Amino acid sequence: MSKQFQFKLVLLGESAVGKSSLVLRFVKDQFDDYRESTIGAAFLTQTVTLEDQTMVKFEIWDTAGQERYKSLAPMYYRNANCAVVVYDITQSASLEKARTWIRELQRQADPSIIIALCGNKTDLSARRQVTQEEAKKYAEEEGLMWGETSAKSGEGVSDIFTAIAKKLPLTAAPSSRAGGARGGAPGAARAGVDLNKQSGAQGGPNEACNC
Amino acid sequence: MDEEYDVVVLGTGLTECILSGLLSVEGKKVLHMDRNDYYGGESASLNLTQLYRKFRPDKAPPTELGRDRDYAVDLVPKFIIASGELTKILVHTDVTRYLEFKQIAGSFVYRDGKISKVPSTEMEAVKSPLMGLFEKRRAKKFFEFLQGWKDEDPATHQGLDLDRDSMKTVYEKFGLEPGTQDFIGHAMALYLDDDYISKPARPTYQRIVLYTSSMARYGKSPYIYPLYGLGELPQSFARLSAIYGGTYMLDKHIDEIVTDSDGKFVGVRSGNETVKAKQVIGDPSYFGAGKEIEGGKLRVVEDGKVVRAICILKHPIPGTDDSDSVQIVIPQNQVNRRNDIYIAMVSSTHKVCATDVYVAIVSTIVETDRPEQEIAPGLQLLGPIYDKFVSVSPLYTPVSSGQADNIFITRSYDATSHFETVVEDVQDVWKRVVGKDLELKKREVEAEP
Ligand SMILES: Cc1cc2nc3c(=O)[nH]c(=O)nc-3n(C[C@@H](O)[C@H](O)[C@H](O)COP(=O)(O)OP(=O)(O)OC[C@H]3O[C@@H](n4cnc5c(N)ncnc54)[C@H](O)[C@@H]3O)c2cc1C
Ligand SMILES: Nc1nc2c(ncn2[C@@H]2O[C@H](COP(=O)(O)OP(=O)(O)OP(=O)(O)O)[C@@H](O)[C@H]2O)c(=O)[nH]1
Ligand SMILES: [Mg+2]
Repeated sequence: MSKQFQFKLVLLGESAVGKSSLVLRFVKDQFDDYRESTIGAAFLTQTVTLEDQTMVKFEIWDTAGQERYKSLAPMYYRNANCAVVVYDITQSASLEKARTWIRELQRQADPSIIIALCGNKTDLSARRQVTQEEAKKYAEEEGLMWGETSAKSGEGVSDIFTAIAKKLPLTAAPSSRAGGARGGAPGAARAGVDLNKQSGAQGGPNEACNC
Repeated sequence: MDEEYDVVVLGTGLTECILSGLLSVEGKKVLHMDRNDYYGGESASLNLTQLYRKFRPDKAPPTELGRDRDYAVDLVPKFIIASGELTKILVHTDVTRYLEFKQIAGSFVYRDGKISKVPSTEMEAVKSPLMGLFEKRRAKKFFEFLQGWKDEDPATHQGLDLDRDSMKTVYEKFGLEPGTQDFIGHAMALYLDDDYISKPARPTYQRIVLYTSSMARYGKSPYIYPLYGLGELPQSFARLSAIYGGTYMLDKHIDEIVTDSDGKFVGVRSGNETVKAKQVIGDPSYFGAGKEIEGGKLRVVEDGKVVRAICILKHPIPGTDDSDSVQIVIPQNQVNRRNDIYIAMVSSTHKVCATDVYVAIVSTIVETDRPEQEIAPGLQLLGPIYDKFVSVSPLYTPVSSGQADNIFITRSYDATSHFETVVEDVQDVWKRVVGKDLELKKREVEAEP
């Protein structure tokens, strides 16, 4: 039987760098040239299977536009196991914004969070403003993962998510829980209560007694 | 801000956030603003820096309390009743996916100078010092009567009518002692005073059933609590709203509620921008609460005060078996008051403070002009207090329904220990704003690959 782990992954970065496009490519292998700025972000999951058949399920959070007026709730990155901070390689200002988010994560998020800095839109490399060297050097200084992607062509997208999956601590017991509650220590026994169980409206067949 | 909205919501307290989440799901275009740079308003959970900034602006948090980010100290002490109305809203809107809950480990009641656990199992009940042997038998008969009650089956009524007979009559029928009545009315039905005794028994019956069914749901206590503090609740409803298109602006100074010559709502002014909307919903602090009215309209009135003392402890509360979280009810009769004193304590198990720190909030409805003294019986139960932040909060209620001017004001967070009255307020405001009862529909969950 293969093991499955679940992790919470959050996306951060300036508007229009391609956060939602990256997720769309990763989860549905699609791209949309006229993608609208995100309001109404979906809550998506995608599973990566590693070479040893370990399955890593990402529970992916997009910002839902709350960051726009500096109003992102701390709940968003709290408990996140990994963060992908995206910049647009054709906009050097977007790397500055990425640095701000990384500082915020280092201050507020769990210290063990894995942060990947991601330069998107490599298909537009003719208009490149951010060199690979500059971004890579910064990532090394801060101990971040780094990679470049194109949500449009698909280049590098699965690589960056797979690299994150490999780096996550796959030491806990396999998780049996499916679906959407947010992850703490992945797979660790959750002493918490599950409100969806026993709620008269939808009681499933396997209502465990928590007494 | 040149767009026009259906609803502007002011303040990101739980009541406002539930409303804006539900309104956004309903398809309304919502703009939600808060003067603070954090979510939660009066029902926020603060980190150490925010806590000291609020209560001790001249003092930095002591370094020995640990890291700022480990703290989420609630301003208003409340727990979620496991089978209560808030749970229903959490489940129906599916915001449970953003939250994780833990039980509150125990519920205690103060009696004759000591605290005892409210029994949660038969074993505990048999051993409980709260009643003598014979009283236990009488109590058992009483609970069997409540448990067995069926409206349509007169045989279960034992000659009583829950809608006509007072609770006093019911207590007398089962011969329950005053101490047991205190325990049932205050630690189980969670009444804050004794007014319920002379009223028809049905609401009390419903509250006891709610308490016991909540107790039965997860064991230990009837309460659950969100990891990282109550401030997570408004945040999760704000995300729901944002996902359905709601726009969020924190740290936004609100200068004026703009009305037309008839006094009807037009928009909200911040600096020299005015954003227009059809309706406005907000907490009392955005509508002149606590301020002198100069020419403006009186929109909210004060209806009592609550005193709350946030106490940082370095140990669990004595006499609670080192529980990591508790509620303690001090029934008013026990300390010669009209209103109960509550203690709500949580700790690092709930990710609201550093390990080996415990945060207890002692609160009651103010009866005298020396509120801090009124909570002394509660403070005494805590043992040594490392630091204490006391506040006295007026409770405001709106003077009008809002239907005439499209200005809908929510209530302050009251002294009850749970969220049932918050949900009542949500339902009430919803009905005034939307014109029909709030009906909870299960939210469509996006298909997961
Ligand atoms: C002070 C006190 C508080 C108690 N609190 C609880 C409680 O919060 N939850 C709980 O499940 N049991 C409580 N008990 C319960 C307990 O004594 C019951 O005997 C126990 O639940 C066994 O129930 P049973 O199914 O064998 O049926 P029975 O003992 O025949 O009881 C029938 C029903 O009445 C309820 N009940 C009986 N006595 C009490 C009682 N005193 N208080 C509350 N419910 C009672 C039971 O839960 C059960 O559903 C309490 C007992 C005492 C003395
Ligand atoms: N050429 C090119 N365009 C891209 C790429 N990724 C995204 N885009 C385009 O960039 C625009 C913004 O992409 P989004 O995915 O909406 O960006 P976002 O970061 O989610 O933006 P917000 O939701 O506003 O925060 C869209 O028009 C996309 O089509 C890419 O790799 N290459
Ligand atoms: Mg987006």
